[in-house]
Amino acid sequence: MNLPVIIKFVIDLLAVLLLALGIKGLSKVKSARDANRLAAFAMSLSVVGLLSYYLGTSGIAIQSWIWIIIGSIIGSLFGAILAKKVPMTSMPETVALFNGCGGMSSLLVALGVAIFPISGGQENLDFFKSLINEVSISVSIFVGAITFTGSIVAMAKLQGWLSTPGWTQSKVRHFVNIVFAVASLIAFFDLINGNTSSIWLLVIVSSLLGIGVTLPIGGADMPVVISLLNSYSGIAAAAAGFVVDSQLLIVAGAMVGAAGLILTQVMCKGMNRSLVSVLFGGSLSAQSTASSGSGEYINITSCSVEECALTLEAANKVIIVPGYGLAVAQAQHTLREVTKKLEQNGIEVVYAIHPVAGRMPGHMNVLLAEADVPYEQLKEMDVVNPDFPATDVVLVLGANDVVNPQAKNDSSSPLYGMPVLDVQEARTVFVIKRGMSAGYSGIKNDLFDLPNTSMVFGDAKKVLNDLIGELKDLGVGEK
Amino acid sequence: MSFISLLWVLLLGSLLGLELIGKVPPTLHTPLMSGANAISGITMLAALTLIVKAEGNVPLLIIGSVSLGFALFNVVGGFFVTDRMLAMFSRKPSNKK
Repeated sequence: MNLPVIIKFVIDLLAVLLLALGIKGLSKVKSARDANRLAAFAMSLSVVGLLSYYLGTSGIAIQSWIWIIIGSIIGSLFGAILAKKVPMTSMPETVALFNGCGGMSSLLVALGVAIFPISGGQENLDFFKSLINEVSISVSIFVGAITFTGSIVAMAKLQGWLSTPGWTQSKVRHFVNIVFAVASLIAFFDLINGNTSSIWLLVIVSSLLGIGVTLPIGGADMPVVISLLNSYSGIAAAAAGFVVDSQLLIVAGAMVGAAGLILTQVMCKGMNRSLVSVLFGGSLSAQSTASSGSGEYINITSCSVEECALTLEAANKVIIVPGYGLAVAQAQHTLREVTKKLEQNGIEVVYAIHPVAGRMPGHMNVLLAEADVPYEQLKEMDVVNPDFPATDVVLVLGANDVVNPQAKNDSSSPLYGMPVLDVQEARTVFVIKRGMSAGYSGIKNDLFDLPNTSMVFGDAKKVLNDLIGELKDLGVGEK
Repeated sequence: MSFISLLWVLLLGSLLGLELIGKVPPTLHTPLMSGANAISGITMLAALTLIVKAEGNVPLLIIGSVSLGFALFNVVGGFFVTDRMLAMFSRKPSNKK
């Protein structure tokens, strides 16, 4: 072994170690930020390792440098700008977009190798070796294309650029997707048989499959899909690792792939949906309209902001249930103002965070942290649920399905079995909401009909601002 | 590197991933997903290999360069956005008056 090989070997080993430590560190709040930087450092280290290896062995042509620099600058620049500019509320879409580009990258690498076989030893491959090569190229293209188009569709749906077309909710979609899947399989075998041009068929058909699979999935399930696609992009990277013979790529890709699967499972559990039903069940609202989406509200109590403020003033313990609606209204800072006033008056305030609050596990925590809410006040569902009976007031802000008692009481409900926050156990519940529209699941919320629930209609931010005014008039928070 | 040993690498890497992620609190799921997503941009190494080995083949250089751009978009954006999210956790309320 000569020096460049040894150096690259050591650097690769170090990079894998640091990447693993980085992922591990991301699992604790205290170490997470450093761990993220550690992972970033490991990635740059791996680039240095690779480049120094080629400099020490074959050398890198000027022309190659030029294209490396062009690609690096453009990619990094756009990535950095987007990462700095994007609002925290759009985090799921952003992750989807980044993820799709990772998939695209794997696809292009495999495509490049397939069209122009890399020089150096590839010409006289034995049958077994070239079979492996073709299989890994096909996997990389197939998974990469699905990741790319799937992520882009997921992003467009979350942004509201794309709605769910009606035909995708009928049985037709299964037929269409099966056709795409079979066509990819045909292209794959054709490719192995030595017909290089069928690679384009594989690219097109697997791209269409990515769209066909993602398009019918409802908005509520989208984060699960993004997490799954994140896992796919890891698999695509690992497959690309087989294509270019890089252990580092395989390890890192495999780690991400496995991590994505675990996260996907956690999310499915939080929403009480199986992965199969998310992927093949279509939009939840479409299923449920037939079964139990029909019920009318019969006992709605609506109240003014003033009443809400009076009740809050008299409370000892208040639990806030934030949901995506709060995030959309960008009201987390206003909410923080309200809770500050209550705390100054000696009222105990706690935030109850449902595992999938804000469409993605942990998304709500990020948004509240942005508004300076102390980390200790954020309580997870299992911790906070026993506290509801001893709670005077619950404020539900832009959350809906996660506080629906149907999930516990009504076995015919599509939500049945989903873990929910038991807000109805509290003495008084205020639901701040624009109107009576259903949540993401499209299911009627029985909570709104209960006698201890009052609706405060209006935009979350406006209501909270009015609430601050009312509390001020009552002298709350003025010492 | 023989195919069999690469398969071992794949297997052990997957097991490592399962083990590392198993104990993460829900709070950190979004940052973790975003961080892991940035790591999946490791395909930039494959893109670099492609460019270096292109030997003046311009279409291949372009494909490699575009691929590198996509990968770095994923990596740089992913790490920055993760850092932004995590910065909010580490910030103490008393720091901002």
